Amino acid sequence: MSRSATQQVELTVNGMEVRAEVEPRTLLVTFLREHLGLTGTHVGCDTTQCGACTVHLDGRSIKSCTAFAVQCSGGAVTTIEGLADGDRLHPLQAAFRACHGLQCGFCTPGMIMSGTALLMRNADPSEHEVRDWLEGNICRCTGYHNIVRAVRMAAATMRETVATGEA
Amino acid sequence: MHAFDYRRPATLEEALALLASEPDARPLAGGMTLIPTLKQRLASPAMLVDLAGIASLQRIEETDGAIVLGAMARHADVAASDLVRRRIPALAGLADGIGDPHVRNQGTCGGSIANSDPSADYPSAVVGLNATLVTDRREIRADDFFLDLFETALAPGEILTAIRFPVPDVAAYVKIPNPASRYATVGVFVARFGETVRVAVTGAASSVFRLIVTEAALERRFDIESAGEAEVALDALNVDGHAAADYRAHLIGVAARRAVALCLAEMPGA
Repeated sequence: MSRSATQQVELTVNGMEVRAEVEPRTLLVTFLREHLGLTGTHVGCDTTQCGACTVHLDGRSIKSCTAFAVQCSGGAVTTIEGLADGDRLHPLQAAFRACHGLQCGFCTPGMIMSGTALLMRNADPSEHEVRDWLEGNICRCTGYHNIVRAVRMAAATMRETVATGEA
Repeated sequence: MHAFDYRRPATLEEALALLASEPDARPLAGGMTLIPTLKQRLASPAMLVDLAGIASLQRIEETDGAIVLGAMARHADVAASDLVRRRIPALAGLADGIGDPHVRNQGTCGGSIANSDPSADYPSAVVGLNATLVTDRREIRADDFFLDLFETALAPGEILTAIRFPVPDVAAYVKIPNPASRYATVGVFVARFGETVRVAVTGAASSVFRLIVTEAALERRFDIESAGEAEVALDALNVDGHAAADYRAHLIGVAARRAVALCLAEMPGA
């Protein structure tokens, strides 16, 4: 087999089955952005540090600049495009808007994918726990205060939704 | 990044056969170091053999009184494991302090250990707890495993399959992290097994090493004073933009004393 050969990748991306032939060296983020046109996932540093490329793979947050698409084959990926329910924003997206949690917006998709991963594990994180969790996501506008506020606001909204049984 | 073949075998035997078939094949664990290395073209293997398809490498269990981590156990899984948190809380805490949450969701203990990065956290637990490194063909003692900068006793094509950690009476890991990368500028792992004490240092030199004199002092009297000043030779210590040798030597003493203090706080009647 020649080294430039492509291999098949099968993924569920935001609930849709996706099948494609890619080179093994294709990064997951490249696959999402350039093959699927899902450009909400950003490439910031490309060195596993800034977190702008954070997505969920089988419910775990990962940095998609440091994973090959072929490694993820068979898995389910959620990107920022997969969070909203039609026109209805995910509670964390709504909270980012309400709290002015974004300035230039570059880090925002990664911050939101990271924040939702935290809220899946911890429904009521303290400010310290939010800051600790967001260690892998860098905001170059240094807008951390409002990002942390947004995550905690979303946590409260989501707890309320669960408590009142709202869909 | 140069092109490569990618394989994801389902068994260890298939993985070994693939590594034997291609001299330039490299195993892929979590990829948290290897993928950045490929991007920088510091390595250009002809084939990556992904070990993620081999279920037996992901176990976390207790066997004959030791905690056994499959080499593909992820940092997040070790950190969250009730078993590890109960039996060797210092090990779960170490895993919980690596990188950031997303890195911990991908990075594996075996990948970190086989890479032997001088600033990685895991090597200090391997040496501090006197672990046994289990490969496809043999068992290697911790003191014989880490040879030098990015160099281990593993032969080409040999796969680290599991790490067996004896359960100490008490242990603690204290890291002074680089504020940006979270790698250890200095990290010290202290473990006490009966009358025996082991102290392992990472981040400070070309690879992990033991503080033999400090161990003996702590065996005579297990207190903060005995953790004392580090007896390391300055010319053996790393010098970089983050810390000079004398600063690293100072940090070794600080981290050792803090680790002993943590151990004392956990010991009944101490």
